[in-house]
Amino acid sequence: MANHKGILVCGEIAQGKLAPITIELLGVGRKLANELGEDQSVLLMGSQAGGLGQEAIAYGADKVYVAGEGLLDDYNSDAYTQVAADLCRKELPSIVLLGHTDVGCDLAPRLNGRLGGGLSMDCVALSIDPSTKLLVSTRPVFGGNAQATMMSRSARPQMATLRLKTVPPAERNESLQGQVIPVDSKIDPSAIKVKVVERIKEEVEGVKLEDAEVVVAGGRGMGSAQNWEMIKELARVLNGAVGATRPPCDEGWAPVSLQIGQSGKVINPKLYIAVALSGAMSHISGCLGSKCIVAINKDKEANIFNVAHFGIVGDYKEVLPALTAKLKELKLK
Amino acid sequence: MNTIVCVKQVLDPEIPPAKFKIDPGTKQVIPPPGVPPVISVFDERAVEAACRLKDKHKGKITVISMGSAKAVDVIKHAISMGADDGYVLQDPAFENLDSFGTAYVLGKAIQKIGNYDLILCGRYSADWGAGQVGSILAEILSIPVVTFACDIQAVNKNLRIKRIMKDGYEVVEAPMPSLITVSGEIGLPRLPGGMGLMLARKKQIPIWKAQDIGADPSPLDKANAHIEVTSLSLPTRKTECEFVTGNTPGEAAVNLAQKLVRLM
Ligand SMILES: Cc1cc2nc3c(=O)[nH]c(=O)nc-3n(C[C@H](O)[C@H](O)[C@H](O)COP(=O)(O)OP(=O)(O)OC[C@H]3O[C@@H](n4cnc5c(N)ncnc54)[C@H](O)[C@@H]3O)c2cc1C
Ligand SMILES: Nc1ncnc2c1ncn2[C@@H]1O[C@H](COP(=O)(O)O)[C@@H](O)[C@H]1O
Repeated sequence: MANHKGILVCGEIAQGKLAPITIELLGVGRKLANELGEDQSVLLMGSQAGGLGQEAIAYGADKVYVAGEGLLDDYNSDAYTQVAADLCRKELPSIVLLGHTDVGCDLAPRLNGRLGGGLSMDCVALSIDPSTKLLVSTRPVFGGNAQATMMSRSARPQMATLRLKTVPPAERNESLQGQVIPVDSKIDPSAIKVKVVERIKEEVEGVKLEDAEVVVAGGRGMGSAQNWEMIKELARVLNGAVGATRPPCDEGWAPVSLQIGQSGKVINPKLYIAVALSGAMSHISGCLGSKCIVAINKDKEANIFNVAHFGIVGDYKEVLPALTAKLKELKLK
Repeated sequence: MNTIVCVKQVLDPEIPPAKFKIDPGTKQVIPPPGVPPVISVFDERAVEAACRLKDKHKGKITVISMGSAKAVDVIKHAISMGADDGYVLQDPAFENLDSFGTAYVLGKAIQKIGNYDLILCGRYSADWGAGQVGSILAEILSIPVVTFACDIQAVNKNLRIKRIMKDGYEVVEAPMPSLITVSGEIGLPRLPGGMGLMLARKKQIPIWKAQDIGADPSPLDKANAHIEVTSLSLPTRKTECEFVTGNTPGEAAVNLAQKLVRLM
């Protein structure tokens, strides 16, 4: 255990650049590394990795491990686990950080299973305990009804996946120095048991949910696919995106890709309008970052009013048409 | 096709947040009186996935749950949906285990059951939501793992799995046996029918202790835990909601629109 030192970030590359989550991880990783007086390194995989070495150094990596095989261009669970596990066994990082992304959610638990470390998923804060120098991970539990802190006394590495946009990104500094180290990733093709057949990107019409400044979301109380059109109409008037709680997705009123919450998308719009949804914590945890939350619900005890800035207690069937019409009129002016 | 599904019994996640209480001292949640625990959401959907495969390809579904003796209820629920057999893994040594300990116990039980083509887990549990037992279990059993399935098909002795991703999905092919974790997007679980409920009522559910599955003491020893909860707290929220009113709902809506336009 005493041999384990330093922080390793498992980086991600998106559209030929370091993914935003990787820059956020490098920011928080740098702070942890400074507190421990240890180095921060990052692992980048795929044929574009080599070209991003200097970039990662500018964002605060002391060492960049590059596994540059083309076989690693797209995420493959078996191959990535193998490369990351080999590197961890060789370099013995004390802390391994990943994003709570499609890649991290799959890779982190496998890597942990293989290495025998201690992993906390979906963390919203990471720090170092001043007395023990152990990693303290804070994560929502019970669907966001409570928050726990977790620590690994003896298992190594200490691992965590970090939720997107919970820490500021690292600042870029061209004068930082570091090393780019190629890793000799001998991927054993026979160890790749699961083969990717196809990847389908689903295009959504209108504004993308994660990028939208305004999101109008409906819940079970909307009652039918037909009434769901009222959610879409308000979103259109506000140039916003449509979101949903789980029931409308289960019922097929809305595509599953629009589910907001702990097991759906996490969004931070300027304005979030929540219609006929009760505000279960597992839904709320996906939109708490919104600047302004507006709730329309016929039950004044609904939990959504505990997190909303503005609220109307009433039947959406009476409220929404007037709201949509007035906003349309005011926006035209 | 033989499937083993791992199901966890949890505090009902749909209790209103106001009823949610914790004991920061013991770092445990205090269940509100009179609210029965339920099968964890994604585990119920994993049972649904197993039933869909059974509808098509026949075979047997075995369900296991580590927990208290009350976990018999979630096994019976799975049987009422269409599972064939089930076991509760209950022993004082199994209490408050971390993910490695849990996966170890489940793995021992699975090895005892044997003869499986597929193991299903939920993507994460609805209580502590560690999100890792399935992947660790697959490593222990040395079988491939596919996470976040929203559709599972058996095609020519292989498994074809649709995995949900943030902006779409991915289709992968895995051999049998593999472990698959199931995501909510697989769809609603079926409601138990009268026949299923009757079978479940009659079914004897054996309880396996540590010695029944040959579990060693060391992986269950708390001193060997990989991770521990060091504090539990309630999140602090302080939003003051301004209720917008009017003589009619329509008037309230107009007043709200005026406020919102000022914000934008
Ligand atoms: C592990 C786990 C993960 C989960 N992940 C998610 C997730 O990611 N996202 C998510 O959304 N949920 C998630 N859930 C489900 C979540 O717990 C709730 O069940 C869900 O969010 C409830 O959706 P709802 O508010 O639309 O429905 P309900 O709770 O049924 O609320 C409906 C609301 O509509 C109101 N209403 C009804 N009719 C009208 C009307 N005419 N006018 C005005 N108001 C009306 C009612 O007063 C009520 O408040 C998860 C649950 C678990 C256990
Ligand atoms: N005590 C348990 N008994 C049976 N299955 C479990 C148990 N704990 C976890 N699992 C399985 O592992 C999955 C992931 O759990 P977790 O890693 O705790 O979030 C669950 O959805 C279950 O399928």
